[in-house]
Amino acid sequence: MKHGFLDQYSDLDSLIHRLDPRTKAITTLAFILALVLTPPTRWYAFALYFALIALVVLLSRLPPLYVLKRSLVVVPFVLVIAIFIPFFKQGEVAGSYNIWLWQVNVTYSGLIVLWNVTIKAWLSVMSMIVLSSTTKFSELLKGLERLRLPLVMVMILSFMYRYMFVVVDEALRMKRARDSRNFGGKHIWQLKTVGNMIGALFLRSYERGERVYAAMVARGFDGNPRTLSHLRFQMLDLYFTACFLTSLAMIGTTILLGWGA
Amino acid sequence: MEKAIQIENLSYSYPDGQQALKDINLSIEVGETVALVGPNGAGKSTLLLHLNGILRSDGTVTVLGVPLDNKSLKWVRSKVGLIFQDPEDQLFSPTVFDDVAFGPINMGCSQDEVRRRVSEALEGVGMEGYEKRSPHHLSIGEKKRIAIATILSMEPEILVIDEPTANLDPRAKGELIELLQQLPMTKIVASHDLEAVKALCQRTVILDEGQVVADDSTQSIMSNNPLLEGHGLAPRSGSSLKLKA
Ligand SMILES: Nc1ncnc2c1ncn2[C@@H]1O[C@H](COP(=O)(O)OP(=O)(O)O)[C@@H](O)[C@H]1O
Ligand SMILES: [Mg+2]
Repeated sequence: MKHGFLDQYSDLDSLIHRLDPRTKAITTLAFILALVLTPPTRWYAFALYFALIALVVLLSRLPPLYVLKRSLVVVPFVLVIAIFIPFFKQGEVAGSYNIWLWQVNVTYSGLIVLWNVTIKAWLSVMSMIVLSSTTKFSELLKGLERLRLPLVMVMILSFMYRYMFVVVDEALRMKRARDSRNFGGKHIWQLKTVGNMIGALFLRSYERGERVYAAMVARGFDGNPRTLSHLRFQMLDLYFTACFLTSLAMIGTTILLGWGA
Repeated sequence: MEKAIQIENLSYSYPDGQQALKDINLSIEVGETVALVGPNGAGKSTLLLHLNGILRSDGTVTVLGVPLDNKSLKWVRSKVGLIFQDPEDQLFSPTVFDDVAFGPINMGCSQDEVRRRVSEALEGVGMEGYEKRSPHHLSIGEKKRIAIATILSMEPEILVIDEPTANLDPRAKGELIELLQQLPMTKIVASHDLEAVKALCQRTVILDEGQVVADDSTQSIMSNNPLLEGHGLAPRSGSSLKLKA
């Protein structure tokens, strides 16, 4: 079965796709760093950050709607965590409501925290989506490795990428086998079956782990990961990094000068 | 002439107490292609794992005249290439290139040497141009070929293959057999696919319940129907499944 939920669109061709994965990893990191350091009340700055990402999305030829949709997936999670902050944070009251027996206050400082968390999470995720949709996962791994991420971590990520799909296929096959035997009945009984399936999946993965390790040892693996890399920076990487970092610096300057505050 | 592989008094029990091999003695000449047949659970895979030291136990395994021990382990692994039954286990890298390059890199080959070996190995299995593909998106037949390439790139002298034709459709199976026939090195093939064995191997060893129960030319073993039936390699006579001759 084919799955593309991780690096879908990564085999398109565009300016952004052609960049070295290291360039993209570093600029994404710089972007997120700048974002996190921006005070939440500099509204302008966030509009500019958004514009910057939008520009990169345009250059990358990714369908904008796709990027938007995927990025919205995280918003509920963030909201669940942050939605109560406005009610509990002390400060100037923005609104007061009576819910049954309680009087509930919403404070301005609480609302700002909520905004801060949501907008930063959303923009960060959007930048990660652009990164992962314009870079093949294998290339990204090579890039991270060259950026001196510990090789063991790179290997773990690479196994995750390689076997995620295998495990998903296995789970789908088990589900199909279950469904075809007319799985139904009481709820509690269903839960038990699902539990068994998870257990079986875990065992199979564990056994596969042993076999994969044997296959690695058979080819001379001695615990020290070694790989070969073909990555090479081009002029394009220089231009892109320069433009991107300059844009970030300009946004930073507007923040320091206090515009839009 | 020096033996490719010599196994003496090899027994092995899994940690859970299951005895998988009992006092195996076997020797294989350089250049031979030997089939290791037997029913499910006979111990074929277990025996293969001993041939390059993945599993070790009492008894001796000698490869090209060198006894397998801690000192010779690395050398033995570069001489004996082991291809696992499930290519999903054999292909663990994000791209085909990385997988085929894995062995040579571990052997300490230079960059240029690695690249040369990878392109030669892929050419050898008819899969040029697949370097950047992800193993997950290949068909089973293609995966099997790449799995063979991951071993060919180590340029081994002995090829050990577990169930090469399992899960293949007839066409892919035919192509794979043809590919294996063209490989010149010593080969040990574990299988219960008698058709493939007949096409590939001059000599056949039958393994059952961890013991060698027959060792003869493929031709004479294949014509000994009671022997095959007795070890689960042919349907019982009288069984309605028996194929018409
Ligand atoms: N990892 C393991 N742990 C315990 N027992 C095992 C393991 N692998 C195989 N066995 C047992 O060892 C015996 C031989 O298995 P195997 O070598 O896989 O047979 P074959 O490849 O001929 O089908 C079987 O009885 C099997 O159940
Ligand atoms: Mg087996």
